[in-house]
Amino acid sequence: MSTETTSTVAHLGIGDRFRLWWDALARPTQWAVGVPFIVLIALLPIIKPPVLTTVGTDFAGVLAQFGMYALLAIGLNVVVGQAGLLDLGYVGFYAIGAYTVGLLTSPDSPWNQTDSWLSQKWAWLFALPIAIAITAISGLILGSPTLRLRGDYLAIVTLGFGEIVRLLADNLTTITGGGRGLSRIAYPIVGVSESRPTGYFSAGNNQAPITSGVAWFWLSIVLIIVVLLVVGNLQRSRVGRAWVAIREDEDAAEIMGVPTFKFKLWAFLIGASIGGLSGALYAGQVQFVIPTTFNIINSTLFLVAVVLGGQGNKLGVILGAFVIVYLPNFFLGRTELFGIPINGNEIANYKYLFFGLALIVLLIFRPQGLFPARQKLLAYGREVYVAARRAALALTRPTSDETTGGSR
Amino acid sequence: MSTTPHDPAAGSEHGDQHLGTDEELVTSDTMPEEFLPDGGVIETVAVDVADLHPELADAEQVAELVAPDRTIRAKVGEPLLQMQQVTMKFGGLTALDDVTFDIRRGEILGLIGPNGAGKTTCFNTMTGVYRPTTGQVVFDGRPLGRTKRNEITRLGIARTFQNIRLFSDMTALENVVVGTDARHRTSVPGAIFRSRRHRAEERDALDRGMALLEFVGIGRRATQQARNLPYGDQRRLEIARALATEPKLLCLDEPAAGFNPAEKEDLKGLIRKIRDDGYTVLLIEHDMRLVMGVTDRVVVLEFGRKIAEGLPAEVSADPAVIAAYLGVPDDATA
Repeated sequence: MSTETTSTVAHLGIGDRFRLWWDALARPTQWAVGVPFIVLIALLPIIKPPVLTTVGTDFAGVLAQFGMYALLAIGLNVVVGQAGLLDLGYVGFYAIGAYTVGLLTSPDSPWNQTDSWLSQKWAWLFALPIAIAITAISGLILGSPTLRLRGDYLAIVTLGFGEIVRLLADNLTTITGGGRGLSRIAYPIVGVSESRPTGYFSAGNNQAPITSGVAWFWLSIVLIIVVLLVVGNLQRSRVGRAWVAIREDEDAAEIMGVPTFKFKLWAFLIGASIGGLSGALYAGQVQFVIPTTFNIINSTLFLVAVVLGGQGNKLGVILGAFVIVYLPNFFLGRTELFGIPINGNEIANYKYLFFGLALIVLLIFRPQGLFPARQKLLAYGREVYVAARRAALALTRPTSDETTGGSR
Repeated sequence: MSTTPHDPAAGSEHGDQHLGTDEELVTSDTMPEEFLPDGGVIETVAVDVADLHPELADAEQVAELVAPDRTIRAKVGEPLLQMQQVTMKFGGLTALDDVTFDIRRGEILGLIGPNGAGKTTCFNTMTGVYRPTTGQVVFDGRPLGRTKRNEITRLGIARTFQNIRLFSDMTALENVVVGTDARHRTSVPGAIFRSRRHRAEERDALDRGMALLEFVGIGRRATQQARNLPYGDQRRLEIARALATEPKLLCLDEPAAGFNPAEKEDLKGLIRKIRDDGYTVLLIEHDMRLVMGVTDRVVVLEFGRKIAEGLPAEVSADPAVIAAYLGVPDDATA
């Protein structure tokens, strides 16, 4: 061909190509692809694909844990990824959510409500909104004095908050049971039958195909979708734009009329409630909470999920959460991989070392995370992008006409 | 023939050097449709605004869409903003010393002075970044006192920055929409449930945002990320973002910094166009030719004190101003 065309537009990663392909699909097509994909994910613990299925632990249980971490990552992403507020004590909200459910429904707790007026059957469902509300309030309490701080100072204060919550749980022995924790926490009692005397969600339910892990995984998928819709609606609104503006330049945002303090507080509150939701799920699933679950290492791990997945990208951080939860469990109990003998348990034991190294490498070579995406911030932005697409096509067509004309 | 994808920024010192003319923007004939821009990955695609909204092709209609729609108490020609004996001290340093002047509605007021004269400090006391040590700023009949910065913006003072401060990760359009949000009231509940008001405001934001971009002359760059815009367009985008808050008073802090003469000439036209559209403009500028060519009145500061005020011609003939700018010859002081 004679015409020399230079492409000034390429430089797309796999993620970019995938996103562009996805964005170009019409809405019904997106549904037609998306729904079966989600169903496939949901069926994973039942299908149990050969290599993917974990060996050392229950695959469904791992996926249920992934669901909770995914919620945490989405919630933390609102605070860190969207509003740019570095929160190192996010585990505190997770703990408050879990302990609220525990305190309300465990027979070990002095505030147990299940004996008196609240039936065991509905106790978990009843405690769930209370847990979310109380974590939201704790977010407000933490946020209103500390959100006047910026950057590193905010990180230090939130780090302290996470530790305060854990230490309270550890030391208020008369209420929280201290190091012994709270056991026999309520869970939703659904589908009681001969083979499952305690229902689908009971930790004792290991009747295939729908084990306890599968039930919790499915519940968390539903909650993830709901939370994604809520967070997505927020992102494509005045609120989401305010968050990104604050992240980019807080002073400029304030001078452009953004009530920065108010929206930072909202970010904290929404992040906290999602953390609380996840904590409530956790309490219901394992039916047992102890303070050590909520240590600083876990708080950092949540942050790793967000940074790894790509700050600001809701779907990216879900994948980040998957990596964090799944990889250690993948190696656990494995003695060989594709015929190569490995000591999976040792690898799993060193997970913090590997995550640390991975994070350093990532931040050097791909600081935006594995799946970065520039979030869309306009509710009706689609038509502008469609116009951009049309303009681009209009520019490409004459070129191709010329080339075909020239070759004839 | 295959086109090799390469990084558009590779080997260039400035990303914007690649933008060039429109024809160069997208030229890959093998590019499948699904890889075309959607959401700003491929930044260099220009949008045809007329394609989006036919009325945006007509400059007059654009001006009408952009014109502020709000009640201002001050009548045209009356003082809109009054600096009343404002003194601003930073420790032992007096940055502003008893400065008094008015900005009248509908005019373009130039605020000039040598470096360190207190121009930007003056600006910052108006926009609430600093609170005056003594004296007060009265805006449209209301003393600003301890009003918060974002509330001052909503009262009707908008500004641009001497060193560009855009939200660089957002597209040009989103930057402007943040400005329009200053007039919007949707908060978290409205956004979650997509309330009627939220939807109406989003529509309004999009329409006004596109009109504003077109007004300042960068409509076709709507979907490009702010950080990828050429320098001149970034300055224009800052003006569009400030206008989006529907200000009564628009403050421009050295908008021509780094411009070549042709760009300065364009800017002059834009500032006049903004005034003609019903805005009052305060212009801080070093370039005397620009100030003299576009302003209606000029206030001159030196060492935090107002040394002159009046029509551009009067001020430029004022010996005190000449002394401040050019220095007094040795023999005159002797």
